[in-house]
Amino acid sequence: MSIGQAFLGLLESQPRHGYDLKRAYDERFGSDRPLAYGQVYSTLSRLLKHGLVTVDGVEPGEGPDRKRYAITPAGVADVEQWLQQPEKPEPYLQNTLYTKVVLALLTGRPAAELLDTQRAEHLRLMRELTRRKTGGDLADQLICDHALFHLEADLRWLELTAARLTELAGKVRG
Amino acid sequence: MTAPLSGVGRPAPAAGPVHTGRLRRWAAEVGLGARLALTGGREGLLRTALTAIGVGLGVAVLLLSVSVPAMLDARSSRTAARDDDRYGSDKITPGDTTVLTLNIGTSYHGRSVRGRLVRPDGAHPVLPPGVRSLPAPGTMLVSPALRDLLASRDGALLRDRMPGTVGGTIGKAGLSGPNELVYYAVRGDLAFGQPQVQRIDGYGSHSPHEPLDPFLLMLVIVIFVVLLMPVAMFVAAATRFGGEQRDRRLAAVRLVGADGGMTRRIAAGEAVVSATLGLLVGGVVFLVGRPFVEFFEVAQLSVYGTDLRPPLPLLALLIVSVPLAALAMSLVALRRVVVEPLGVVRRATARTHRRLWWRLLTPVAGGALLAPLTGSRGDFNQWQAVAGVSLVLLGVALLLPWVFDRIVGRLGGGGALSWQMAVRRLQLSGGSSVRAVGAIAVAAAGTIALQMLFSAADATYTRDAHLDPGRAQSYTVVKVSALATATDSGALDAKLRTGGVTSVNTFRRDSAHFGASGFATMWIGDCAVLRELAELDRCADGDVFVFEHPDLAELPGQTVVMGDSDPDTERPHTEWTVPATARPAKALPGPYGDVTGVLVTTGAAPPAEPAPTFVSYVHLAPGDEDAPERLLNAAMAISPTMDVTIQRSQVRDSTFASIRRGLFAGAAVTLLLVGLSLLVGTLEQLRERRRTLAALVAFGARRSTMGWSILWQTLVPVVLGLVLAAALGLGLGALLLATVNVPFHADVSGIAIVSGIAAGVVLLVTTASLPALWRLMRPDGLRFE
Amino acid sequence: MMLSAVELTKSFGSTQALSGASMSIAAGEIVAVMGPSGSGKSTLLHCLAGIIRPDAGQVLYRDQELSAMSDGQRSALRRGEFGFVFQFGQLVPELTCLENVALPLRLDGHRRKDAQRRAAEWLDRLEITDVAGKRPGEVSGGQGQRVAVARALVTGARVVFADEPTGALDSLNGERVMRLFTDAARTSGAAVVLVTHEARVAAYADREIVVRDGKALDLARHA
Ligand SMILES: Nc1ncnc2c1ncn2[C@@H]1O[C@H](COP(=O)(O)OP(=O)(O)O)[C@@H](O)[C@H]1O
Ligand SMILES: [Mg+2]
Repeated sequence: MSIGQAFLGLLESQPRHGYDLKRAYDERFGSDRPLAYGQVYSTLSRLLKHGLVTVDGVEPGEGPDRKRYAITPAGVADVEQWLQQPEKPEPYLQNTLYTKVVLALLTGRPAAELLDTQRAEHLRLMRELTRRKTGGDLADQLICDHALFHLEADLRWLELTAARLTELAGKVRG
Repeated sequence: MTAPLSGVGRPAPAAGPVHTGRLRRWAAEVGLGARLALTGGREGLLRTALTAIGVGLGVAVLLLSVSVPAMLDARSSRTAARDDDRYGSDKITPGDTTVLTLNIGTSYHGRSVRGRLVRPDGAHPVLPPGVRSLPAPGTMLVSPALRDLLASRDGALLRDRMPGTVGGTIGKAGLSGPNELVYYAVRGDLAFGQPQVQRIDGYGSHSPHEPLDPFLLMLVIVIFVVLLMPVAMFVAAATRFGGEQRDRRLAAVRLVGADGGMTRRIAAGEAVVSATLGLLVGGVVFLVGRPFVEFFEVAQLSVYGTDLRPPLPLLALLIVSVPLAALAMSLVALRRVVVEPLGVVRRATARTHRRLWWRLLTPVAGGALLAPLTGSRGDFNQWQAVAGVSLVLLGVALLLPWVFDRIVGRLGGGGALSWQMAVRRLQLSGGSSVRAVGAIAVAAAGTIALQMLFSAADATYTRDAHLDPGRAQSYTVVKVSALATATDSGALDAKLRTGGVTSVNTFRRDSAHFGASGFATMWIGDCAVLRELAELDRCADGDVFVFEHPDLAELPGQTVVMGDSDPDTERPHTEWTVPATARPAKALPGPYGDVTGVLVTTGAAPPAEPAPTFVSYVHLAPGDEDAPERLLNAAMAISPTMDVTIQRSQVRDSTFASIRRGLFAGAAVTLLLVGLSLLVGTLEQLRERRRTLAALVAFGARRSTMGWSILWQTLVPVVLGLVLAAALGLGLGALLLATVNVPFHADVSGIAIVSGIAAGVVLLVTTASLPALWRLMRPDGLRFE
Repeated sequence: MMLSAVELTKSFGSTQALSGASMSIAAGEIVAVMGPSGSGKSTLLHCLAGIIRPDAGQVLYRDQELSAMSDGQRSALRRGEFGFVFQFGQLVPELTCLENVALPLRLDGHRRKDAQRRAAEWLDRLEITDVAGKRPGEVSGGQGQRVAVARALVTGARVVFADEPTGALDSLNGERVMRLFTDAARTSGAAVVLVTHEARVAAYADREIVVRDGKALDLARHA
């Protein structure tokens, strides 16, 4: 997700100080990783440069926190366009896993075990997400569910691959 | 896309082809249903077979029943054709073809034997039906049944009574039924004028056909309605055997694109095929079973299998109505369920409250039809009676669902778990069991009503012989004639004293007239003999006693004229004066009942007529089964015209006893048939619930809990049905009794017997469904992948 | 371990459903049994619950061997200690939902009043008080499964066996049933054997066991 567009969206609802902006972002979208201050200000200066935001006012004192940012009409148009534009669906190719499986087969290592281990790891993560979900609010649930569905899809792929391992082994070696 | 095209580019198809096209499609759908019935795999075949057998059994019973009137007709036309009773009314001059006949019918161990002595007047005598020529002297023609009896050990005593050896058999035309005992023999010294000897110039009834006793008529009507209605209901229920499975199959057909109309036509095809198969099965069972009726005998009435011929109109009606009924049943049943592609939804009938008024209409109308008949002991409109009885009984079937809804709907889920499950099950889908129980209720109500008629009949037709076991049980009467081998009381005494006879007292019996219309029987014998009839304090030869009776009070001192008033007896008018010293006497109970008249000791007696009548009181050794038979043999040896009466402690008209037994047997068969449909319903329900049952097993349910639940589920509707049946049956019985003018009398034993039979059926159904329950209560039902 | 299976084998005719499956479950633990369909999950569950007897191997429940017990003893054990949830609920169609929940108590000999009072409490815990008087045919699939969960837990079962409890439900209802189910099981301290082929459902468990070709594998322990 683009942080720039997220900032614009947050500023559209009301002008904010840089620090407020980071807090709002972390609260809503940054569940695992809080934004670094450097990233916040570099993003804001990029937005200023493109004329998408302006400095609405400066409070007396020192430091970047003193500036209050507001969105410009160009910024509003940019958010609008971003929301209307569908995301390009990105098939999540199991690149790494696939590579691992093929290599294991080629080198005669136990590919099934590899898959099983991965499977157990996936489920462990799913259990954790489920636990978090059952304790959390609606936003948490939606985010966890999103991850869970993806993990479930991976898991299905793992199961299917496990079931087709012999077939695959024949292809890879032959 | 095709619609506008056909409107513009192509001419509209003519109406005709569309029509025949639709007909052809319909026919194809009906045919598909028919094929499904015959080729629907093991389950489908099982269902079709079940229906066919059920319908077949019912149809066979119906065929048998509708043949009864024709059977009785055939029988009575044969008995009428051999009738030779002329009651002495015809004066027939002797000729080449005339014959003298004498009825020497007897009975042997309770079975009556028809016998005739014949003497031809000329060379070409008329012959009774079934006889080609009269038997040679010393031989006789016998019915096959009598021939077999005489040849068996059981017939030893009867052989001694027969006037000759077997010389041939009588054909079917001369017999009422295969088990009838009949014989004809020729006797040369038969003469006109001998007692009971008649001259005839042909066989065949001369008297008009006697109408059936209204009481008996009512009985027959009710029996028919009572036994046939439940059988018809059973046939209807049988066409729905396996209905649940059928519905599921229709759902599968819908899934592949059949619409509602198509499913109805497919169902119709299936129903008609299995009902038609049922008709065939019924026909075969009837034809195969028909010869076997000859082995049965009810009320000494045996029937030739070939006499059982269903009348053509009724046969045609049956052939048409059974498939039609099946068709109607399946369409009506389909209206109650919605067959959806993914399954069957039963329409919640519980929501629509059953209305009472129209269900009450039928029994009330039936009662209204019967009410005007009350008090008309004589003739009444049979059809009105049939309609009345049928409507009341139909009312039972119609009221039952309403009563069922009301009562079962109120039952709470309290009590044991098995009870709770049964009640809830009945509340959710009690329809099929109510339908089956409806038939039980109809049969029970009818049987109870009939039973009331029977006990009334018992009271009327059973006479208590208020018999003193210390006194004579039998008496014989003989009028002396050329046929007699004993002509005085001494010789009679000697001949009658056979094995098993403990004492014999013989009187001469005469009759006397006095005044304008006075009549008295004269009993003549010595004092010892007279004491058999009356308590006499003292008695000496020359004494005369008059029984205490208001009509006889004036007799002492009066002159009486001896003999009956019959002008035919050529007897000089003998007068005799009852001595004024005649003393009053009190009668003792005898086999005759109380006798009345005048007791005369031999010394005071008037001279005997040329052909006197002798009456002998015979004591038989109690417990000796053969004693009566030996007495009959002795009597036959004395004279073929000798009359023997043997009293048993109670005289019950055996016809009623056996009709009654027959009724209960019929009720039992009917209830068994109904039980069969209950059983099928229960088994279907169990199969439908296999998943639920398996889950219950997982939860650790005991088999006994489930078994009891089935018992309750069967018992509750039956009990409700019986209570309703008892109420309406008693009402109907009261009406019927009033119709034949007999006071009301509730018959508890009848109700008890019917309830007992019904309880047996419930137990049987429950027991029979337990194996299936055990089998289904296994974890296999938990598999659904 | 509260309940364990040791080297179970079971075949139906020529089909080998279990061939040496072992697993165990501790008190209060929720274990998911996963695996492709036909792999023997249900058979394993039925053996563990004493519904069917394995051809060989042992099932131990609190140190008692199930296959040594008579049918009556096993039934009594199921009545008193075990609870069940099946894919289609398997509710008794003619009984109301409340009566369905009270059913195991009644099978165990409790009086009706008492049984129904406790059943009502469970309906409340599973947030379906409003279906108490309805018949199973009149409630939604999710509600029916929650009735089934209440029925499984009402006796204070120590082990609940659930065979594809959400198999017939959509995701939303499935999640809801699973949340209420696992919450309730944890609160009452019941162990759960949860047969499922859905990873998201299995994720409600504490650990998972995979059944493949009649053998049970504990993958987490491998790892
Ligand atoms: N009662 C039974 N009769 C015959 N085969 C059965 C029976 N129960 C299970 N099976 C077979 O055993 C195998 C395992 O079945 P099951 O345990 O139901 O698998 P799962 O629940 O994992 O789908 C399958 O091949 C199934 O067909
Ligand atoms: Mg399974």
